[in-house]
Amino acid sequence: MTPEESNRSLSAIQIDALREVGNIGAGNAAIALSQMVDKKVDLSVPKAILLPLVGVPDLVGGPETTVAGVYLNIAGDCSGSILLLLEKESATLLAGLMVPGELDKSGEIGVVKRSALQETGGILSGAYLSALGQLTGLFFKPSVPGFAMDMAGAIIDYVLVDLGATEDQVLVVETDFMVSGIKILGHLILFPDLGTLATILERLGVPFE
Amino acid sequence: MNVGVAELKIAENSSILASFGLGSCVAVAMFDPLKKIGGLAHVMLPESRGKDLGAEAAGKFADTAVPHLVDELVKKGARKNALKCKIVGGAQMFEIPGAQRKESALACGPPAHIGARNIEAVKRQLEELRVPLIGEDTGGNYGRTVKFNSSNGEVEVSSIYHGRTLI
Repeated sequence: MTPEESNRSLSAIQIDALREVGNIGAGNAAIALSQMVDKKVDLSVPKAILLPLVGVPDLVGGPETTVAGVYLNIAGDCSGSILLLLEKESATLLAGLMVPGELDKSGEIGVVKRSALQETGGILSGAYLSALGQLTGLFFKPSVPGFAMDMAGAIIDYVLVDLGATEDQVLVVETDFMVSGIKILGHLILFPDLGTLATILERLGVPFE
Repeated sequence: MNVGVAELKIAENSSILASFGLGSCVAVAMFDPLKKIGGLAHVMLPESRGKDLGAEAAGKFADTAVPHLVDELVKKGARKNALKCKIVGGAQMFEIPGAQRKESALACGPPAHIGARNIEAVKRQLEELRVPLIGEDTGGNYGRTVKFNSSNGEVEVSSIYHGRTLI
């Protein structure tokens, strides 16, 4: 984003448009998730919020809180990155649904479950991107996802460095998934590159004035 | 006192300076053991590439943070030739094939991950300014929290998978 752009705040109607994308994306994601775990998946209407990147760790309980992060880069008509953050409890529940079985002795998530989470994160992000693609007519190509389970601060710090910016605002779409009565909370965070947010908003019919 | 991303702070009253959840960033803890003055910088990137961002953003880049730390500590009464340094962080949190696109596009020489380049850049600055590096806990693929006791130079590093260590 250009400095003017990052200082600009989104109007209510723009937030609504982005939330609607989040809604459709979450719908796609729920269908994909439901097929993977072979269970019914319900979801809440997502919340879309815009906040400074450095504020993201506070969403999940502070910089030292353990979270699972799936990070991928976007190429294609627009570029940027997507980070899916799951609180440890949600990550553990989701991993348990994907790969049934006990946790290993340390109570940590083992290699197979990590790999399943990485895959799920990739699919959920892909579902959101494909909704964004359908609504904007733009083509987005996600990279292979990377996975880390660590301090929220350290994960955000990596993204900060990858983007090279501290002051940018990012779009966070929060969605609750309910899988057979178990609530899984996910934070899907979209980091648009230079001009990407403007392009997306223009395509959605709610451009910056 | 919390030292956030790209910040640089000096502690005078033997207080603790802390950075929580360091990933590829590097915490640079510098102190004068006798004068009991210390400072911590939370470095985010290796080079400012000549951008003069002023004192406010000096902590962001290795090549501005290290000289700025030395200057600030000397201003507060530390002796330049007595300064010592410890560094923590510079991990690589994610392995993404083909990622770090912007960094590798701009980097000279073999593309190393940004954490490693941050560590290298800090070390180069320390060598240039002749500040001895007396301890480090760097690299790997995990996050760290740093608590720096400016009165005795003790640095406590904690992480989720590797417990707590003192350097």
